[in-house]
Amino acid sequence: MNQWKNFSKGFIKENPVFVLLLGMCPTLGVTSSAINGLGMGLATTFVLLMSNIVVSLIKSQIPDKVRIPSFIVIIASFVTVVQLVMQAYMPSLFKSLGLFIPLIVVNCIVLGRAEAFASKNNLVTSAVDGLGIGLGFTFALVLLGGIRELLGSGKLFDITIYSENYVTLLFVLAPGAFIVLGYLIAIINRIKKD
Amino acid sequence: MNYLVIVIGAILVNNIVLMQFLGICPFLGVSKRLSTAIGMAGAVAFVMVLATIVTYLIQVYILDAFGLAFLQTIAFILVIASLVQLVEIILKKVSPALYQALGIFLPLITTNCAILGVAILTIQKEFNLVEGVIYAVANAIGFGLALLLFAGIREHMDLQDVPKGLKGTPIALITAGILAMAFMGFSGLV
Repeated sequence: MNQWKNFSKGFIKENPVFVLLLGMCPTLGVTSSAINGLGMGLATTFVLLMSNIVVSLIKSQIPDKVRIPSFIVIIASFVTVVQLVMQAYMPSLFKSLGLFIPLIVVNCIVLGRAEAFASKNNLVTSAVDGLGIGLGFTFALVLLGGIRELLGSGKLFDITIYSENYVTLLFVLAPGAFIVLGYLIAIINRIKKD
Repeated sequence: MNYLVIVIGAILVNNIVLMQFLGICPFLGVSKRLSTAIGMAGAVAFVMVLATIVTYLIQVYILDAFGLAFLQTIAFILVIASLVQLVEIILKKVSPALYQALGIFLPLITTNCAILGVAILTIQKEFNLVEGVIYAVANAIGFGLALLLFAGIREHMDLQDVPKGLKGTPIALITAGILAMAFMGFSGLV
């Protein structure tokens, strides 16, 4: 597999959110605006990239029986890094993402890539895979967040597009997350078929 | 009175699945049949309460006591992962019947963000141990309620004529959205 294909598969063909249906909790939980989606996506991308790199580097040293706990510790360490850096330099984003930052640890995408990909492939391939899947996740989050923000508050990336008198508040609330994602997946299924 | 507010708040107003988006993976994954949903709800309730107690004690007596609060994420996830393993081993030995019922769901629970989420929320909300336990029990009930309601609806959904493009996950998500809308009716209750 060439590296470009390996990188680009995360966007549509193996998109973690729309196709593999992994990492649904942060996907639904933080996407009330496009900015939140972008922040969460990039934080997850960093963790995914770093954990894929480290796992692929030390895969031969980890005994097979304790590989899952070892992966979890590696992932949890990078999540703590993200958590502390974000708290120090981006306090407002940290506040709006809240609980979902520590919960990157239990995001099935990260552990899934470590187990299914990084533990079997070399450094470069794993890093490209982590970056591709991570950016695919970010793409999904920004798309979902953008649609919800536009419909629910009339803004996009905090820039007012149309008057607040015409918004449907429901879309930035909890039910809107489920409904918009449901229709997005239906559309992606349609695109994939053609 | 305070306890009642915690219970109603966790089950209805801020339902862990439909309002806080924790535990969505099992919510979508094991809700096709009512019987598996009951098994999952039971396993989650068991581990959630146990994990909240253990992580609370670790936070207070180890992490806070030695100024290691920054290790919270790593410590909690390790505790939960080993706790799940331990529960699995003990159940297998002590109660094979219960193990049969809950067994296949236990490994999945390690990566259920509802467990870690409730453990962290209990610390963030600065509950004491009793409030923490009540909060965990209430959230487990809330999770079970949402899961069973959703599984019941999905069983009926199988018999309906769903438009082709929406079959499977899309219609499940839209159903969950409508269910969440129903739960929004509880907002402002406490």
